Amino acid sequence: MRALVIARLVIREAGRRRLLLALLILTLIVVALTGWGFSRIPTITQRGVPLPDLQVKIVASQFLIVTMFMFSFVLAMAAVFVASPQISGEVESGTALAILSRPMGRSQYVAGKWIGLAALVAVYAGGAGAIELGVVNAVVGYIPPEPVAFIGFVIVEGLTIMTLALLLSTRLSGMVGGVIALVLFGIAWIGGIVGGIGTAFDNAAITHVGTVTKLLLPTDGLWRGAVYALEPQSFIAAGSQAGPAAAANPFFAATPAPLSFELYVVGWVILVLGLTVYSFHAREP
Amino acid sequence: MSEAHLAIRTEELAKRYGKITALAGLTMSIPAGDVFGFLGPNGAGKTTAVKLLLGLARPTSGEAWVVGAPLSDQKAHRLARRHVGYLPELFRYQHWLSAREVLHLHCELIGLDRGVWEAEIKDALGVVGLADRADDRVGGYSKGMQQRLGLGVALLGRPALVLLDEPTSALDPVGRHDVREIIRGLKARGTTVFLNSHLLTEVEQVCDRVAIVDHGRVVQVGSLDELLKADAVRVRATGLVNGGRDLLRTYGELQIEGEWIVVRGIAADRVPDLVRTIVEQGGRVHAVEPRHETLEDRFLSLLEKGHA
Repeated sequence: MRALVIARLVIREAGRRRLLLALLILTLIVVALTGWGFSRIPTITQRGVPLPDLQVKIVASQFLIVTMFMFSFVLAMAAVFVASPQISGEVESGTALAILSRPMGRSQYVAGKWIGLAALVAVYAGGAGAIELGVVNAVVGYIPPEPVAFIGFVIVEGLTIMTLALLLSTRLSGMVGGVIALVLFGIAWIGGIVGGIGTAFDNAAITHVGTVTKLLLPTDGLWRGAVYALEPQSFIAAGSQAGPAAAANPFFAATPAPLSFELYVVGWVILVLGLTVYSFHAREP
Repeated sequence: MSEAHLAIRTEELAKRYGKITALAGLTMSIPAGDVFGFLGPNGAGKTTAVKLLLGLARPTSGEAWVVGAPLSDQKAHRLARRHVGYLPELFRYQHWLSAREVLHLHCELIGLDRGVWEAEIKDALGVVGLADRADDRVGGYSKGMQQRLGLGVALLGRPALVLLDEPTSALDPVGRHDVREIIRGLKARGTTVFLNSHLLTEVEQVCDRVAIVDHGRVVQVGSLDELLKADAVRVRATGLVNGGRDLLRTYGELQIEGEWIVVRGIAADRVPDLVRTIVEQGGRVHAVEPRHETLEDRFLSLLEKGHA
């Protein structure tokens, strides 16, 4: 299958151009630094008394959410940087001419690009996420309630923004497509907060802004799903006592992502991938 | 000629980009096994035609058949491209791969049987003279070497049709000679070659038939003999006034080069009459040189006619 040839080429390029090496080194540095930070939590004292084990775990869970937010943001940026020049770069340089003249449809080319990028996102997010969670467990003995679900949500968040960047890559240069994808990612995040504020103040119009943003680009909704997977039940209960106001906190989720939203995300990715194929069909290299 | 014997056939193939006509109603047939030259100045629509034939661009109107498959049947055309090799004018390959790896990649994309890859790659590297640098990264290649690699890529899988878009643009004289030899080799094994070029000597030396395009239109198409059949004669004459020169126009197309008068399209048996006319008009004839028209002469005269 020629799509898999293209997918392998994407992965090979990431390896040859030292992207994987750079990500590995940076991830190890970040894991080492955050691991050191987590290792300091048990040394925190209150009036000269070390924190009880439960409190250490609560602080660790909060620190982990903030760390993982940074991780998901870096993942989104990396996915955008790698995906946004994937098609446009090859069209602009002329590399696409020799490839597309082969007995291969445009849809196979796009599918190959997506599969290759998806594999990179999944392996990196899964690997780096698992290492970070393993280090946290090793130094403070804390494991979030649903580590697999968390990694799954972060991977899908990366896939979502990567798919959008790939769509933009069929029409826009890597730089322009990348900037647009990142701005939309930021808008989606802010949209999630705005929607939360709407919920807190019981304002239907503002709540709808958040809902629409979440549907247009579901990255923030996926992040909330990831946050929920990291939160201990005691923390969810405490946060929920704050009432609807807690919804505005981007580092808190009172409820898990509904199945309907998860299915919507699958549909969203398929739809955007279909648009990518459609858009690239009309592009003449 | 039956459809099966045609490597390429086009019918009123046209491509417009907004108000700009890149190709206007291209109609031609290229028999299998021919080396066909597609000649034209920059911007004539040559590369557009190649891109249309390969399905890289979509025609605004018209139809084309490439090794029997119509452009309008995307699936059939895609399958037919297995038998087509292509060297783009803008030859760029993955600079982070070695030449051998690029060729491997294309063997996979063509869908060649894995068992023949090594032999195909070895053959292609040998033909284009890159065997010694096969494992070097393409990023370290000169432009000429990259163009040689592109030629190697186009030759993989023994294609029935090879489209070469300005294949010697980055090559030195030795490289150009090598390309001519490669084209002759392709012809010897029955491969059809579509040579897109503005290098007239290149076309003249290897092509069986030629189409001359300008402003998206085919100005003339035919074998080199047909195109260059018009004889010309050069006469060095002095003392001829303008009125006398005008009289010479009855013999053919006139071109003045200092003391030399070039008369195109004159039949050989009318040359003595031409000389007599010059003398009758007071001219003194110093030399008469029969000249077979070159492709360059023909090309320029056709373009001049088109612009007039």
